[in-house]
Amino acid sequence: MDFDFSPVWSGWSDLAHGALITVEVTTGAIALGCVIGLLIGLGRLDPRRRLVFGACTAYVSFVRGTPLLVQLFIWFFGLPHFGINLPAFFCGVVGMGMYSGAYVSEIVRGAIQSVDRGQMEAARSLGMPYRMAMREIIVPQAVIRMIPPLGNEFIALIKNSSLVSLLTIADLMHEGQKIISVSYRSLETYLAIALVYFVLTNLTGLALRRVERKLGAGGMLQ
Amino acid sequence: MNPPVKPIIRARGLTKSFGPVAVLRGIDFDVMPSQVKVVIGPSGSGKSTLLRCCNGLETADGGSLEICGQTLVDAGRMLPDAALNALRMNVGMVFQSFNLFPHLTVLGNVTVAPRKLRGLSAAEADATARRLLDKVGLRDKTDAYPGTLSGGQKQRVAIARALAMQPQVMLFDEPTSALDPELVGEVLRVMKALAGEGMTMMVVTHEMAFAREVADVVAVMDQGVVLESGPPEQIFDQPLHARTREFLQAVSTRA
Ligand SMILES: Nc1ncnc2c1ncn2[C@@H]1O[C@H](COP(=O)(O)OP(=O)(O)O)[C@@H](O)[C@H]1O
Ligand SMILES: [Mg+2]
Repeated sequence: MDFDFSPVWSGWSDLAHGALITVEVTTGAIALGCVIGLLIGLGRLDPRRRLVFGACTAYVSFVRGTPLLVQLFIWFFGLPHFGINLPAFFCGVVGMGMYSGAYVSEIVRGAIQSVDRGQMEAARSLGMPYRMAMREIIVPQAVIRMIPPLGNEFIALIKNSSLVSLLTIADLMHEGQKIISVSYRSLETYLAIALVYFVLTNLTGLALRRVERKLGAGGMLQ
Repeated sequence: MNPPVKPIIRARGLTKSFGPVAVLRGIDFDVMPSQVKVVIGPSGSGKSTLLRCCNGLETADGGSLEICGQTLVDAGRMLPDAALNALRMNVGMVFQSFNLFPHLTVLGNVTVAPRKLRGLSAAEADATARRLLDKVGLRDKTDAYPGTLSGGQKQRVAIARALAMQPQVMLFDEPTSALDPELVGEVLRVMKALAGEGMTMMVVTHEMAFAREVADVVAVMDQGVVLESGPPEQIFDQPLHARTREFLQAVSTRA
């Protein structure tokens, strides 16, 4: 058995560029996913507001009930049939962001509902309107509880981002496959990109633990 | 002739059910300006529900409730949201479980509502908050987080937080029931001082000594009605109802 990492070494700048694209796609998707997740999560707090609740619930169940790859293909290969041609990068970010938003919304909703009911009552009894009470009192407390599950979600998203290579986006996975297609050194290349994903996911986990500790030190945790 | 003094709270025929359970079954009472009304009665008699109706945390199904001259609820129809929020600014509420905001410092807890709702600048709100924290004996805890305070300290912060909105009336729902016995006194002292300053107060409590000393009127609730009400001497020394006697007996032997 012979190992030959030289194609990986000679292709390192392409891999680095691919990793950068992976980070960009994932960062964009996380940002979008958080915005969507916050809105959908807030929309699912009160079942009595039927229209909003129903629409948000439908979104979550559709997105969670279908494969990410199929959703990405709908954006990139499906929409052109209606004359809608979107750039691959855009499809990757939006497709992943909308996918992630469904999961983030469940995290948001769970965290908000875990805040003691007395907090909302105290805020309202001071005269705060519902939205202000949410913004000033409830959401800040919920945020710290969101961090551990959000960390898991971000890590899953980094890993899932390898699927965007199938939309012709030159991400880490895509660059790796280019190296393999000329060198046939698949094991070495996959090991190398696995290592890069491993570093990215663990850096993310570490960063979020630091944020959590910092917020916790501010007295948010009781 | 002076115009007659208007009550701060005026309840007439107030009813409230949770599903099939009638919790309030026709409550009439007035709380006059600067009056301290203490509500006593067995657990489950509807005291908390009554108090929560008074700031719109619960909606009474029937009867009417006027607060500070405004009709909060009439025949199950509640004041619209905007007006309700404005009214709540005038009604301070202190909860058994404190409900301090754990992500804010003591100062933050006391200033957040005046800043956001009364439009006070940070400096103005801070100055008022420091004065109030002085009053409740917690000047040195300004920058502490609630998680680091004792129960008695938390409840005093909660009182300062409510006072910071300059309410016309303060509602207290068993403010000392969650406290260790040795911490009850510090909270009651603050409440007594407040009463001495002429604050209008409605207090649900099991602290009979406090009721006797501070209350202008004691109301006894049982099974969703006010059994009787009157000056503390009358209620404690010559209660009209057998149920009142039983309740007072039970409370005094428990202590
Ligand atoms: N949100 C609620 N839903 C259903 N039942 C309630 C609710 N709040 C209070 N109750 C019931 O109403 C009754 C009176 O409660 P409460 O007003 O808390 O009494 P008290 O404060 O005098 O102990 C109790 O039987 C209680 O179980
Ligand atoms: Mg109660």
